[in-house]
Amino acid sequence: MQISVPGAQEIVDWWNAGRCRHRRRVAALGVALLVALLTIIVAVHSDHHALAAVGEDGQWLRAAGDYASTRYSPLAQITAANVRQLRPAWSFSTGVARGHEAAPLVVGDTMYVVTPYPNVVYALDLRAGGGTVRWKYEPKPAAAAQGVACCDVVNRGAAYADGRVVFNTLDAHTIAVDARTGRELWNTKLGEINRGETMTMAPLIVRDRVLVGNSGGELGVRGWLAGLDLATGAVAWRAYSTGPDRDVLIGRAFRPFYAADRVPNLGVTTWPAEAWRIGGGTMWGWISYDPELDLVYHGTGNPGPWNPDQRPGDNKWTSAIFARRPATGEAVWAYQLSPHDLHDYDGINEQILLDLDIKGRRRKVLVRPDRNGYVYVMDRATGEVLSATPFAHVNTSKGVDLATGQLSLNDEKTPVLGKVVRDICPAAPGAKDWQPSAWSPRTGLLYVPHQNLCMDVEAVETGYIAGTPFVGMNVRMYSGPGGHRGEVTAWDPVNARAAWKLKEPFPVWSGALATAGDVVFYGTMDRWFKAVDAKTGELLWRFQTASGIIGQPITYRGPDGKQYVAVLDGVGGWAGAIVSGDLDPRDTGAALGFVNAMRDLPAHTPKGGTLWVFALP
Amino acid sequence: MRATAGALLALLLLGAAPAPAPLRVCADPNNLPFSNARGEGFENRIAELLARELGTRVEYTWWAQRRGLVRHTLAAGACDLLVGVPAGWDPVLATRPYYRSTYVFAWRRDRALDVRSLDDPRLRTLRVGVQLIGDNGVNTPPAHALARRGIVQNVRGYPIYGDYARPSPAAPILHAVADDEIDVAVVWGPLAGYFADRLTTPLAFAPVTPAIDPPGLRFTFAMAAGVRKGDTPLRDRLQAALDRRADDVRAILDAYAVPRVEQP
Repeated sequence: MQISVPGAQEIVDWWNAGRCRHRRRVAALGVALLVALLTIIVAVHSDHHALAAVGEDGQWLRAAGDYASTRYSPLAQITAANVRQLRPAWSFSTGVARGHEAAPLVVGDTMYVVTPYPNVVYALDLRAGGGTVRWKYEPKPAAAAQGVACCDVVNRGAAYADGRVVFNTLDAHTIAVDARTGRELWNTKLGEINRGETMTMAPLIVRDRVLVGNSGGELGVRGWLAGLDLATGAVAWRAYSTGPDRDVLIGRAFRPFYAADRVPNLGVTTWPAEAWRIGGGTMWGWISYDPELDLVYHGTGNPGPWNPDQRPGDNKWTSAIFARRPATGEAVWAYQLSPHDLHDYDGINEQILLDLDIKGRRRKVLVRPDRNGYVYVMDRATGEVLSATPFAHVNTSKGVDLATGQLSLNDEKTPVLGKVVRDICPAAPGAKDWQPSAWSPRTGLLYVPHQNLCMDVEAVETGYIAGTPFVGMNVRMYSGPGGHRGEVTAWDPVNARAAWKLKEPFPVWSGALATAGDVVFYGTMDRWFKAVDAKTGELLWRFQTASGIIGQPITYRGPDGKQYVAVLDGVGGWAGAIVSGDLDPRDTGAALGFVNAMRDLPAHTPKGGTLWVFALP
Repeated sequence: MRATAGALLALLLLGAAPAPAPLRVCADPNNLPFSNARGEGFENRIAELLARELGTRVEYTWWAQRRGLVRHTLAAGACDLLVGVPAGWDPVLATRPYYRSTYVFAWRRDRALDVRSLDDPRLRTLRVGVQLIGDNGVNTPPAHALARRGIVQNVRGYPIYGDYARPSPAAPILHAVADDEIDVAVVWGPLAGYFADRLTTPLAFAPVTPAIDPPGLRFTFAMAAGVRKGDTPLRDRLQAALDRRADDVRAILDAYAVPRVEQP
């Protein structure tokens, strides 16, 4: 096998090495730091069993499954040969009828589900064969947060470590509850809804650090990723996406691959004076972790609230990828996918960490299917782009220069004031939005759920009147070439080509899941939960749920030893806001122009919020 | 029999003093000079005037002016009236406009800047503040007009929604002028009119010209009252009330120093 995922042995090796490193540091440091470091060591030590629990034991401890974000499970009871017999084992209503984007977690004999606003957490006891509520935690976030959130009131899931379930609330708190009792352990306010900040992403826990970021880039919010102490919730560090190097946590260790990026304070100098202070670059997406390199990888959102012509320059570090040290937040490299973003191409998508043979050489790579339509294969130690290939219909750019890392833009698709620019592909949600891909080491394919949308943009139709209800939406989205709005692409990152593609009538806004049974699962907005053959894409099984699916499917081994597959239905999100937010289908500019492309969705799905769990008979 | 007669009497008594349905208004609880929860804005005052004219009182539902405003207010049935909306705004059924205002340049009165035109060459060197919304390619007209002239490096942006935890979240751009952090701000007229004499240093202001910047960027807008689409009876009653009390409406706008312009 030429392809592998960072494995369990590597994690154990890292663990041992990491502890030794900490001990050496303790010896070298002054007395003033001793107390703090001892706290860290105790926390690292107590986290040991959580690291050992990754992957093979049939649990699902974080939204992406493993640290490499493969969403691959080695469970193989359910196979391409028997999946046709899959049937619902039990279901559970969350009682919330907004867009459900979260992944359920399974820890031991308990499943944890976090709902959209009001962000209720349920612990479901799996021992009796179904899901019995063990406890319910209600954080009661501020209702005003709903008016600030841009795109429905979603939550992308919780994370588990060391007996704690950690999640974010729409009103920008990170909360840890006791996994056994549901008792609140700590509750840290990280952002301010009154300034437009919300939180929707799923935390990632690395040792004693809880990593979380903010949402709200269109509202003049300055983006950040924060590292919290798992034991106390105290903020250990906060790394901004814009501004001076000290704010971005760029220091002596920073070695971006491309020479043009090795200049101090680019987060200031690539903006007009002071514009970086409200420059966007929020972090509402995915984080991966490589224990061997001890680096976390995360993206940054689009620049805002300035229009492109008001922010000449690259606008660093928006629409970029960072590699950082989880303990300190210190940046090791960064790469900007879409400098001076013109089209709302946030850079917050997932990073899948793989070891691949690229041009005859074994490389530790990071694979990023980006909103701008390219699959980037990068050296994750250095930040070098090894390949960048369109996986969808793209006309806003003409390719990536591998010598400089620069995206080459198509000037014809640049928004111009007072002029309608038509047929911009991909549309503002990109070729692929937040919906996470899955990777199978057995097929060597990345299963990318995405959309096929283009848009017309008119910059300024009537203008806005400050302080009054605003006027004029000016983006209209519609299906791209072929007339279908969604696709699942099985992408071969070694040969940089699609192995196969499935077409779906609506954007595929759910995550994907791959298993050792060579089955790939995903959900559709028109209420189908589907299993396809990982090798060919052939539809093997489907089940119609109560509401459309935009959640993240997971699989786990139940207390009875059986393999289960679970997914939340509940249509919504940016794509499904027409249903979850009761938007008027005649208002084609609603949901930032997305409603125009989704006018027929209400005929295919009602609102909902139901957990479905499937098993073989 | 007696019980029936009692019920009938009660019914008659109720009929004799019907409680008039309140005028249900949705308003922003923190958006001076337009409205606030203490009723201190000019839209509060106009709402009260209209309610009196209709023989009733105002009942407020407070909702910040954000994306989804109409969906959460009029369309959700939470209220029947938004006091200040752009004339002809599609999501609502609007009255005829009752005032027309303009974006203005604002500067400290103790500095004789007197900026009046977007083509004033000093705008290339002065520190200029604009209001930003940042909603997918659309910002306030002055922000676009300056950018189109290549005036960006000396421009500071102030998010329209500001810090909603503080009173008058839109005011910081004018505080910045008063505190000499910027030289000139380009803001929607009612904001400048209200705050000009309420800051540490008084401000002067003048309408932005040209009123329409080719190819079609507008700086003047007419404002009206808006009801739910289809609610023509209420719209007509409000129109009649606005017409009858036009002088009082003008007096309220004068009291708040709302700059007004004729149709360009």
